[in-house]
Amino acid sequence: MENTPVEKHLVDTSADRNMADVLVVGGGISGIQAALDLADSGFRVYLVDKSPALGGKMSQLDKTFPTNDCSMCIESPKFIECSRNPNIDILTYTEVDRVEGEAGDFKVTLTKKPRYIVEDKCTGCNICVDYCPVKIPDPFNQNLSENKSVHIYFSQAVPLVTYVDPETCLYLKEEKCQICVGVCKTNAIDLHQKPEKLEIEVGAILLSPGYDTFDPKLRSDFGYGRMENVVTSLDFERILCSTGPYEGEVRRPSDLAHPKKIAWIQCVGSRQVNEGGNSYCSAVCCTYTQKQVILAKDHDNGLDATIFHNDIRAYGKDFERFYQRAERLEDVRFIRSYVTVGREIEASKNVTIRYSTFEDGVKEEEFDLVVLSVGLSPPKDAERLATTFDIELNDHGFCKINPGNPIETTRKGVFVSGAFQGPMDIPEAVVTASGADALCGQLLNYRRDKLSRERVYPPERDVSAEEPKIGVVVCHCGANIGRVVDIPAVVEYAATLKNVTWAGENLFACSTENAQQIADAIVEKGLNRVVLAACTPRTHEPLFRDTCREAGLNQYFFEFANIREHCSWVHSKEKENATQKAKDIIRMSVARAAHLEPLQEFELPVNKTALVVGGGLAGMTSALNMAEQGFEVHLLEKDSDLGGMARRIHYTLEGMDVQAHLNELIRKVYRHPRVRVATGSTITNVSGYVGNFVTTVEAAGRVREIAHGIAILATGAEEHRPGEYLYGDNERVLTQLELEGEIVTQSEKLDNAQSLVMIQCVGCRQEDRNYCSRVCCSQSVKNALKLKELNPAIDIHILYRDMRTYGFKEDYYREAAERDIKFIRFQPEDKPQVEAVGDGLKVTVTDPVLGHKLELEADLLALAAAVIPAEASRDLAKLYKVSFNPDGFFQEAHVKLRPVDFAADGVFLCGTAQYPKHISETINQAYGAAGRAVGILSGDSVTASGAVCDVTEYDCISCGACITACSYDAISFVETPQGKKARVEPVLCKGDGLCNAKCPTGAIYLKHYTDDEIFAQIDEAVPAG
Amino acid sequence: MCTGRVDLSFILRAFSTGADGVFIGGCWLGECHYVTEGNYDALFNMHLCRKLLEQIGINPERLRLEWISASEGMRYAEIMNDFGKQLKTFGPLGKGEGMDASTLKLNLAAVTKLVPYIKLVERERLRVRFDTQEKYAEYFASAEMNRLFDELLADKLAISRIMLLLRDNPLSARDIAATLGLDPAEVSRHLNSSSRFGLVSFDEGQKCFALA
Repeated sequence: MENTPVEKHLVDTSADRNMADVLVVGGGISGIQAALDLADSGFRVYLVDKSPALGGKMSQLDKTFPTNDCSMCIESPKFIECSRNPNIDILTYTEVDRVEGEAGDFKVTLTKKPRYIVEDKCTGCNICVDYCPVKIPDPFNQNLSENKSVHIYFSQAVPLVTYVDPETCLYLKEEKCQICVGVCKTNAIDLHQKPEKLEIEVGAILLSPGYDTFDPKLRSDFGYGRMENVVTSLDFERILCSTGPYEGEVRRPSDLAHPKKIAWIQCVGSRQVNEGGNSYCSAVCCTYTQKQVILAKDHDNGLDATIFHNDIRAYGKDFERFYQRAERLEDVRFIRSYVTVGREIEASKNVTIRYSTFEDGVKEEEFDLVVLSVGLSPPKDAERLATTFDIELNDHGFCKINPGNPIETTRKGVFVSGAFQGPMDIPEAVVTASGADALCGQLLNYRRDKLSRERVYPPERDVSAEEPKIGVVVCHCGANIGRVVDIPAVVEYAATLKNVTWAGENLFACSTENAQQIADAIVEKGLNRVVLAACTPRTHEPLFRDTCREAGLNQYFFEFANIREHCSWVHSKEKENATQKAKDIIRMSVARAAHLEPLQEFELPVNKTALVVGGGLAGMTSALNMAEQGFEVHLLEKDSDLGGMARRIHYTLEGMDVQAHLNELIRKVYRHPRVRVATGSTITNVSGYVGNFVTTVEAAGRVREIAHGIAILATGAEEHRPGEYLYGDNERVLTQLELEGEIVTQSEKLDNAQSLVMIQCVGCRQEDRNYCSRVCCSQSVKNALKLKELNPAIDIHILYRDMRTYGFKEDYYREAAERDIKFIRFQPEDKPQVEAVGDGLKVTVTDPVLGHKLELEADLLALAAAVIPAEASRDLAKLYKVSFNPDGFFQEAHVKLRPVDFAADGVFLCGTAQYPKHISETINQAYGAAGRAVGILSGDSVTASGAVCDVTEYDCISCGACITACSYDAISFVETPQGKKARVEPVLCKGDGLCNAKCPTGAIYLKHYTDDEIFAQIDEAVPAG
Repeated sequence: MCTGRVDLSFILRAFSTGADGVFIGGCWLGECHYVTEGNYDALFNMHLCRKLLEQIGINPERLRLEWISASEGMRYAEIMNDFGKQLKTFGPLGKGEGMDASTLKLNLAAVTKLVPYIKLVERERLRVRFDTQEKYAEYFASAEMNRLFDELLADKLAISRIMLLLRDNPLSARDIAATLGLDPAEVSRHLNSSSRFGLVSFDEGQKCFALA
């Protein structure tokens, strides 16, 4: 067959080169998600990053908590999505110089720094890198390994082109060497390249510059930079990673030995008011450290791990269990102590740490390696960003935000997403990105679809006359598979299988380069089936189906063999068996692939109406935004009034007037012509699917059907009714929400109170509710501060387990301590005792500092009662076919990267129904859900799978078994010359295949999962002989 | 694809290729990701298939159905480990049952041949729908179900096995009964009815039955 190069069939971009709808500044996970969502919503985007490749900090992480997904594996498909999206122009190595104009009409001047490489010509072949004589520390690997002066930022980089480091290049410094120019086959190297100015016009700007990690060199007392075996947690991420400096082996810098004893020091640069530190809590370090401990133990089970910590802030969804998982590992010690790094032992280069515990006093202990869990600082160029974009920063140097809408900066038309809002974890960076899409959509609705373009694929090759020619690609997934499964042996085996004409391996099949190789192989080797032995179709199938389409092959000729989740991850300790199992899985997939057939997908029209269930803060915010974006919205609320839980919250720690915000929101919702509110409503039935749902609603005795394209479930949460501490028996015992009510009404109860005790973690962080309610610590501090403000003489004790005032809320915790609010830590096995004594209460608690029991008199006792899932969510979940996590909160499709999507298409979630959260977080998420939903609503159609049923009429005996089995009414009888026969309406078929199992003759078949395909797989499941 | 898509013939095919156990994992009852709730059908099918396996002398516990949601990785691992252990105690398929390889093959082939008929009968006579797992177990243990099963399937299955056995060479009623582990009186009854339908004939000389 002739070699035809695979081309990208994109519409020419030159004509409207300088015009887009939104400029996204920062190409980390937040910027990437925003760009993709904006492109999905009908906007053109410039995605600009100052570094040489997309990816941001997430690309440097090894795994992500609490699922320990491989970070690069889940992020890199998004790089490729961006690069393939015709509505996203990626500009890397580019800085923003100047911004003029106003919302809707910004003129932005950019400078593209010289890479000294002509991007269009560079193929990423790495030959220049091989020949370059200058070795430099590799910035992507935190300078722990070496790279060359010319290199590709990292192997999955988008764009996959080299860049020259001007500081170290011999030619650029001294005009001495031009070896790279000589060896480059495509003449891509231009050492005379100059900075390039670009002027673009956009309607809105999104800042997603991320964060920088705290630099411990600023404080010499951590030994970082002086002692070789003191590394930061980001260094350690690289050390853990298979693409890191030691290729996935945990070694230490001084002698590359495998450390046997590692210490982690928490709160490095965080929660510190001394010079050089950040006063706030960085919000992510506790959990990422637990992840690193679990992973390090995974690498070396005999490893001894010690974590020196302050409070353990496991406040996120499933974090508490994750903490328990780390804590229960053998030879893992969590020690609550402040520490100082002692000295470096000269001979061994080990490092000593001094710490003290209540039990043993001060101790000094030696470690092979010390990891500093460094906090999150504002981006280094935050000041410059502020000046360039004319926005304000907060006291900590992060972006100043509006608590009522955290995605807004102080300048109209300039939005902020990700960690520039403040320290946050990946899902929040993703949520705020989708939220930014929603707000840009609100601002720029008038120009939606004006600049955007369609993706065009090459025509599909007709392979119907060909014998199966299967290509098998086995992916190392870095070390994820490669460390366990013997890949060369598997490739060799795969090549011997029937119908396999080519077998190869990839380090990361999902990198641009390797995906391109697969596309090239399809064309060059004339493949008509592709089996990829790698990870899971759940995250990666769309990418590789797309790769097939790009190579002119029908996407249903692609078959995934999961040898990661189904093999290497679960059999990491038994390499030989895992290798055999990988071969078995591939043999099955190859057998199935031979039977695959090309299928066509259907475009279904989208009903452009949204349905929001839950009229609290989250639901109303989503509803109003979608209405502002031009869509009809039905807002359903079960109560007689809008407002939900927020009606009981009056102020926040940051001083937001919640009721004013809420009332304004309610007013806007009621007055908006495109929002239809139905209070007192109950959902009785839901049918249909993404793009075309029908929900039956009963309200005020009237039943009606609402047709809608998407649904957002925002059913909120409830406050737990405590069954302990005399709650319900003694009127002096209140929940925090009740206390807030008393404060606001300035009740008599409070006027007479001179002492108050608060108990935290009531009803959660315990066996039957094994999660942290996230908001209660801040809520208690908030109410305590308010009480002190009203009555400075009042005596307040807060009895807690860990104070979880994460992020900027830490400042208020400190303020509370300064205002003489006393904090006493208690152990869960030694809970405080509460008795009614005379007119008041007596609370007895063991003080860990003093080591004995304290008796506290209290006029009032406030309980931080758990936040529990709303009763209504359970029924709703059944109706919309969505699921829960073990604690009863809605389960998102992917913890990190699809935090507001449900696995069920077209259904989204936001607010406390997903997990307890603060008001600002709820608002972020509500916008996020709206952004995702509009991604569907703004399109004219949704694509329905080609994997639907069809009937071989000759075999049909018209028994009707299939018709009775189908819940979608997709099958009916038609009259044919041969009599009555069953026929499937493909648009209605959902591909569950139930009818297949009922058909006595095998006349009805589910495409892509036919009997032949499945039998072929079963037959190969058990190795022959 | 739903667990309800798991065809009887898939399970039988897996056993026929030598699998010692077959595991079906599905969504919890009431948590169907379609509206079909095909997991109830899967549950019914599992029980029916177990009865068929029992009928041909295969340990029905070799077929296992469990509900596992996407967030229950630990549960999945535990169940798979447990099933693995359980299968080890059962021993290899056939051997564990004290059945030789050719009889095992024949028995599975006999059920497989009946699948289209079973599907028809299932729809016409056997299909039930309950709301709990317990009720399915109860139903399949009930006298009524056993009577129906015997009436509709047991005889057919026995005849199917006899026919397959006789395909290789003629045998006496006693030998048939011994090979298939059936009651000789039952075998005679089946042979009589089969010869009435002209399916088998009796060779007086050899005192053997052969396919007609």
